[in-house]
Amino acid sequence: MSELRNAGNRSRLAQFDRVWGNLPGWGQLSAVNHTSVGLRFVVTGMVFFLIGGILAMLIRTQLALPEQDILSSSAYNQIFSMHGTVMMFLFAIPVLEGAAMYLIPKMIGTRDLVFPRLSALGYYCYLFGGIIIVSSLFLNMAPDAGWFMYTPLSGSFYSPGLGPDFWLLGITFVEISAMSAGVELVVSILRTRANGMSLRKMPIFCWYILAMALMIVFGFPPLILGSILLELERAAGMVFFEVAGGGDPLLWQHLFWLFGHPEVYIIFLPGAGIVSTLIPVFAQRPLLGYRWIVMAIILMGFISFGLWVHHMFTVGIPSLALAFFSMASMLVAVPTAIQFFAWIATLWTGRVVFHLPMLWILGFLIIFVAGGLTGVMLALVPFDWQVHDTHFVVAHMHYVLVGGMLFPLIAGFYYWLPHVSGRMPSDTLGRWGFWLTFIGFNLTFLIMHLTGLFGMPRRVYTYEAGLGWDLFNLISSIGGFIMAIGIAVLILDIALHFRFGQRARQNPWNADSLEWAVEMPVSTYNFASLPDVPTRHPMFEDPTLPQKIADGKYGLADISHGLREIYGSRAGTGKVMQVIHLPTNSWLPLQSAAIIAVVCLGLLTKFYWVALVAAVFAVLSLLRWSWHNGAHASSAPLTDGERTDPPLHSRMLDSPGLWGMVVAMMGNGTLYASLLFGWFYLWTAAPQWEAPTQGPLALMPLLLSGALLTLAALVFRVAVGRLRAGNGNGMQGLFWIASLIGLIHFGLLLWVLLSAPLEPTELAHDSVLTVMLMYLLIHSGLSTVVTAMQAMRVQLGYVSLRVPYEPIVVWPLWVYTLAIFWLAVAAFVLLPMGWGAA
Amino acid sequence: MCLLVTGCGGPFSALNPAGPSATAASWLWWGMFGYFSLVMLAVFAVWFYAMRRDPGDIDQQQSQRLQNRWVFWGGLVLPTVSLAAVLVVGLPIGRAMLPLPLEQGEPLRIDVTAQQWRWDVSYPDSAIMLEDRLVIPAGEPIDVHLNSADVIHSFWVPRLAGKLDVIPGRTNVIRIQADQPGIYRGHCAEFCGAGHAHMHFEVEAVESEAFQTWLTQEQANE
Repeated sequence: MSELRNAGNRSRLAQFDRVWGNLPGWGQLSAVNHTSVGLRFVVTGMVFFLIGGILAMLIRTQLALPEQDILSSSAYNQIFSMHGTVMMFLFAIPVLEGAAMYLIPKMIGTRDLVFPRLSALGYYCYLFGGIIIVSSLFLNMAPDAGWFMYTPLSGSFYSPGLGPDFWLLGITFVEISAMSAGVELVVSILRTRANGMSLRKMPIFCWYILAMALMIVFGFPPLILGSILLELERAAGMVFFEVAGGGDPLLWQHLFWLFGHPEVYIIFLPGAGIVSTLIPVFAQRPLLGYRWIVMAIILMGFISFGLWVHHMFTVGIPSLALAFFSMASMLVAVPTAIQFFAWIATLWTGRVVFHLPMLWILGFLIIFVAGGLTGVMLALVPFDWQVHDTHFVVAHMHYVLVGGMLFPLIAGFYYWLPHVSGRMPSDTLGRWGFWLTFIGFNLTFLIMHLTGLFGMPRRVYTYEAGLGWDLFNLISSIGGFIMAIGIAVLILDIALHFRFGQRARQNPWNADSLEWAVEMPVSTYNFASLPDVPTRHPMFEDPTLPQKIADGKYGLADISHGLREIYGSRAGTGKVMQVIHLPTNSWLPLQSAAIIAVVCLGLLTKFYWVALVAAVFAVLSLLRWSWHNGAHASSAPLTDGERTDPPLHSRMLDSPGLWGMVVAMMGNGTLYASLLFGWFYLWTAAPQWEAPTQGPLALMPLLLSGALLTLAALVFRVAVGRLRAGNGNGMQGLFWIASLIGLIHFGLLLWVLLSAPLEPTELAHDSVLTVMLMYLLIHSGLSTVVTAMQAMRVQLGYVSLRVPYEPIVVWPLWVYTLAIFWLAVAAFVLLPMGWGAA
Repeated sequence: MCLLVTGCGGPFSALNPAGPSATAASWLWWGMFGYFSLVMLAVFAVWFYAMRRDPGDIDQQQSQRLQNRWVFWGGLVLPTVSLAAVLVVGLPIGRAMLPLPLEQGEPLRIDVTAQQWRWDVSYPDSAIMLEDRLVIPAGEPIDVHLNSADVIHSFWVPRLAGKLDVIPGRTNVIRIQADQPGIYRGHCAEFCGAGHAHMHFEVEAVESEAFQTWLTQEQANE
């Protein structure tokens, strides 16, 4: 029992526990609480980390001596492909997302993330997708074309097995979780901060996570699109990456690295965020250079989208482009250096207390600086031409990723452990764990730079004796096993501490940020009352804050209504503007994820009708989910004396749902932009591009369909305009009309697609066009259906002048649908016509 | 360090260059290695000192000044100057490695088609065909035209030059040159499936006259 509970607040806190707690037993699976879901992400991610680690051990065993045949070429190829895939997609990103989901609400002084059910859906998609991917190893049909899946090697001709399908479908499934976490974290950070916590007062970690989440939203869609296209090429014989027919294997590389490079910074930013959080705490002084660091984070986010080509320096692209990307790649060193020297300045002016987490920060410093400097070397094209695709790159990349992500992550684990367990970690075992890991790591990878310079390429399952590589590889393997022992000691230490660790006192590290104002071990609702936080260092300024919060001295301290409530605040100033009702435990996320898993398995096993039926059910499940939202009568009944200061979010025009919709459409727009990129790329660069002389689409019906779509959107706009002006007349009718016109547009567009003489299995031109039309149809259909649902909700009283929230959320979907339609017409019909005429 | 271990040797060692491109790249390596090692040690030293030192009483204004000084000199000036230096030296070196037109004459052209898992070599001016082996005159620039018959491969002879990918549907051209006669080993550097580890080849450089003799002989044999 926490030291904050006393006779005065015990019964009220018990009531909080009931309202915010998970259901018992199997009911745990319906949990949506960010603390539960975040920890589940972290623990599952660590399990995948161990699986990836075992694969690494197998690799090092095979390469320890020359000409070994412990593993066959085929087994080795599966293992290195899966090592990369598991570590990147199933460990690094999910663990960081989980840590962010756990920490962010506590740091910004709220009780949960803003879309709790989405957190749970993300977790189940991750879990099921991860299980599907890893199961391929046990079926001996794991992907063996590398984690980068270069075509044509990963195409159906050179990889006829199911391996690549496991990868493409499983990863896309897992990406649902990344996207949902991205959207949710952005909106939570921007819209649910404690009263008065303006952006400049936000803990620095939140800036890092905000950048990470935005980068996920913009960075993952190219990979999702690429995976969909490659799966269509493999399963349906469409042409995107095949040279014959007008595709280009380099398009895959562009799409993959458009995702793949930002991904590296998506992993590094939270790591750096942990460093920026811990250093001031252990130096016992506020972080110096806060503004510099924020600027560096933003700069890094932007630059990271402009240097994907440095993974493609050897594909033979023009030298001017090489010089540009060389420069851009090196430019990343600037924001990194800014952060490093801000940390140095903080240490310089502080009195450093040296605890276990600091040891890991030191490990981060040494390893990451080395990795960053070899990164600058690699960015220099003439040097890269030598070491590209050799073990030098393997060494560099592990220095950056292990140094930049794993070491800070473990520092963070030790730092925040007391939060979860209420106990302090031990020092002795922890130090053993650190030194073994640190020495083992450097032994493995420092020498590997030389292995690469001596010419050993990556991804070879064996090598001849006497090429000068034998000793280096042996040392690397020995180091690898020492590191594995270090990790084992670490896990042992953490496991033992739950039982034997000393009880932690409140705020054991004497930290400055709000997450240490919660009860320890943490409660499900974090804060029994929500304080104003007009400062960046609330715990430095008022160490009695935890007790006052527990005693209910601040906002939303009443829980007698039995609903989960948090504050919604303004994005810039953090001023409270509304009370947000959050949904409670729900089976919908698990149910939806399970149905999507069936879709995925149906596609994988090529039972397409199963996939189709399941897909219909998945949509129905998600629509049912949307039906029970915060404006539903069960969570926010319309009563006469309800609170108006601040009002409920469903009574306002500006709601978190609107922000969620807009952020989701930004991600969706990136997917669309990637498809347009693919279109223009193939058009201008594919070696054997061919376009039919006559545009295959019926022009007049297409334009008519577009006119109808425009009309439907306008009708919807009239309804929204009336709501905004406080006029509720004829809303239901307007929604029905908009939906009906949308339906006619949908039918016409479908006819245009079906009647067009498209040959997607012959021509890349027709393949891209088909995918584009399907994409338009999905959006038109979705807009039509949700608008019909709006009409029904007006009928039931869930949408009205007093509850104007939902139509405002749907409106951006109409705008988006309209925009992509006309852009598509311009890019696929008008531009080629103009081209042909000229 | 590597001199102590094996003398930078090894038939695939980029640090044991035998052609102009590889020599330039190895100089780039040693230069950057030296400079960045200094930078790294300096950062470590400052960091350790910063952790150990007793700051005394520092007021807000002083720490603000300190912070700006560190961030400006360490965070902006240091990387900008270093990067500018690396680029100014490195980019022209990179340009010189490209298959640019020669001042006089044309470089000898050799066509190489890669496929799982071998290299088919042909000399377009004659009808000579070789497998997994190129014969070139020493001391002369050679343009190797690369094509793929199946998946992506990468052509790499570490002691002569950097690598270039072999991509279906495209012809990439890489320039190699061996300063001395000898046998230089190469292998595929892009993962290309089950046989990737064994996709080796050799470049045999011979004196110019010997090369002419070899050409005539081979042509006679065809």
